[in-house]
Amino acid sequence: MSFPWARHYEPKQPLMKWLDDRLPLPRFVYNAVGAGYPVPRNLNYFWNFGVLAGAALAIQIVTGIVLAMHFSTDANTAFNSVESIMRDVNAGWFLRYAHANGASMFLAVVYIHIGRGLYYGSYKPPREMVWLLGVVIFLLMMATAFMGYVLPWGQMSFWGAQVITGFFSAIPLVGETIRVWLLGGYAPDAAALNRFFSLHFLLPFVIAGVIILHIWALHIPGSNNPTGVEVKDEQDTVPFHPYYTAKDGFGLGVFLLIFAAVIFFAPNLLGHPDNYIPANPLSTPAHIVPEWYFLPFYAILKSFTIDFIVPAKLWGVLAMFGSILLLFFLPWLDTSPVRSANYRPVYRWFLVALLVDVLILGYVGGAEPIARNIIMGQIASAYYFLHFLVILPIVSAMERPRPLPGSITEAVLSKHGGTSPAQTAMSGGALAPAE
Amino acid sequence: MVRIIAALVGLGFAVMAFVGFISTTIGAIQEPAKPTAEHEFHKHPRELELASNGPFGKFDNRQVQRGFQVYKEVCSACHSLNLVSFRDLSQIGYSEAEVKAIASQWALETPAPNPETGEMATRKNLPSDRFPKPFANDIAARAANNNAVPPDLSLMTKARHDGAAYVYSLITGYQNQPAELLRKFPDAKTPKGLHYNPYFANLNLAMAPPLTSAGQVQYTDGTRPTVDQMAQDVAAFLVWTAEPKLGARHLAGWAAVIFLAIFCFLAWGAYQSVWRGVKH
Repeated sequence: MSFPWARHYEPKQPLMKWLDDRLPLPRFVYNAVGAGYPVPRNLNYFWNFGVLAGAALAIQIVTGIVLAMHFSTDANTAFNSVESIMRDVNAGWFLRYAHANGASMFLAVVYIHIGRGLYYGSYKPPREMVWLLGVVIFLLMMATAFMGYVLPWGQMSFWGAQVITGFFSAIPLVGETIRVWLLGGYAPDAAALNRFFSLHFLLPFVIAGVIILHIWALHIPGSNNPTGVEVKDEQDTVPFHPYYTAKDGFGLGVFLLIFAAVIFFAPNLLGHPDNYIPANPLSTPAHIVPEWYFLPFYAILKSFTIDFIVPAKLWGVLAMFGSILLLFFLPWLDTSPVRSANYRPVYRWFLVALLVDVLILGYVGGAEPIARNIIMGQIASAYYFLHFLVILPIVSAMERPRPLPGSITEAVLSKHGGTSPAQTAMSGGALAPAE
Repeated sequence: MVRIIAALVGLGFAVMAFVGFISTTIGAIQEPAKPTAEHEFHKHPRELELASNGPFGKFDNRQVQRGFQVYKEVCSACHSLNLVSFRDLSQIGYSEAEVKAIASQWALETPAPNPETGEMATRKNLPSDRFPKPFANDIAARAANNNAVPPDLSLMTKARHDGAAYVYSLITGYQNQPAELLRKFPDAKTPKGLHYNPYFANLNLAMAPPLTSAGQVQYTDGTRPTVDQMAQDVAAFLVWTAEPKLGARHLAGWAAVIFLAIFCFLAWGAYQSVWRGVKH
């Protein structure tokens, strides 16, 4: 499952040897994220974000478990228990701000990670399964983030839960019944809060499980790289450890620096003030808006305003779920044999257009629903679907890609002024760190 | 086959969004959105410079104490402070004895059963008690306040956009309705019992101007109690009630940021050293 030149785990210490014979866990780690995993030598900083996402999940789980020790899962006391964490629990304000902003940081690095995958064609054969599992993780993250946002039981928590569970009532005939069944009542209340807490606690561990599958599936073909050209020989790779552990260490430092700046100096920047008002079923906020990471999808939901065969609301809900589910089909919609958009002169411009499109959707999702914004959202929604489902297959069939480099090493060397491979002492042996 | 179905689905959604776009555009041309008084006369809060602002911000205890005095003598008649206890006042510079005195001399007492008969009664506040609520419940609050419940102030500066600046602007922002507004929107006349204030979202609020004259609160530290000063002070106090750990947070933040900056520098050095000689 790995390249033939991958290094093998050879425990020298008697204790590690003993352990390896009985439970080869160190060997497993060595092969997964240690020196036993050969990785293309030309990865850029965008390849840091997978590790950063893993770190963000770990931070969420650790802070979340401690918060759960102090949180009260009861509609009457949830809001005040969060405030008691802020005021009376030792470093409680730090835990809560780290957890609330940690969700934003997690989603932010995952969006960059997904964008990396889109640009460099990481979803293409033979890595389809890596991509599919990634989309599953993304869906689980969205569900977890949504349910977590409900727990403090502020105004946006309550009304967000009301709106999101309202999607299910768009299903013809049985919709309302399903909604009531999911909520355990006619509106979000004690029952909903309890089950959301239970699921919010469970799902991160499911995510961790799917991440293991995601990495397992990745290790079969090995990592993609900025050229999109497959690894051909040992020259093309370096061992994950120490090369990428060192690089990821630096990336992690920068990530934590930004994260800390947000937690300590602008902890409420990404939140909505209304969520500091306790939930009140009798008072609807002027604008119900989700957290920033849902805004593009929220804009798509609101962009369908015409009843046709089914009500506009159902169109909106289908489009919103469709906009995420279509990612599952991406490996079969993009038929171009070239992975990296660096060598796809037409596709890359459509990708830039998609980025702008999603930013517009994000703006519209949080903006006032005046005609100008709705119009912008409708055009952007149309492009979103056209991009993935119509333009992408056509472009992949018509486009003439630029010539690919013969190998990763060739691409690297030509970037550094075209020295011949012989001049660079690039071999596994020369690279091996002293052990 | 996948691609044909995908194209049909994609075209379907795109056409539906596009038809929506046409219909929204036609609608917007035929019936342009009418301007509203809220839209044209609502004002963005005025700037407020507080010691707690910015990444180096920490509370100015003297100002926060003055703000507490304004809360005690003016706001607390109608607004509760549910999340704050008397003992918390020690964080803004009151001694233990002072906290005890403030608690026991507070105008309202804490509801508690009579220790002998068990009947509901009240007792003097202890430092561990939360600030007592001015109204027994929302119905009583509504009945006494022209059908509006005075909101709890504990989190007010975090529960509104622009926080302290909003509180300051609102308190000092009462005015007569501009003649221009009434000319343009004759229907938007402030209803009886409400008060015009351009900093309030819908321009008319039930709260009467709380600070009306200089010297309404007598400061003991020599500061001149102008309306503007009292409004600034109470805003500073409410920043503290909403975020009592702000000073500690900023301090910890600098420690964390400096630590992480050094970490990044070392990690970058390690990265460069490991990759030395490897073209990538």
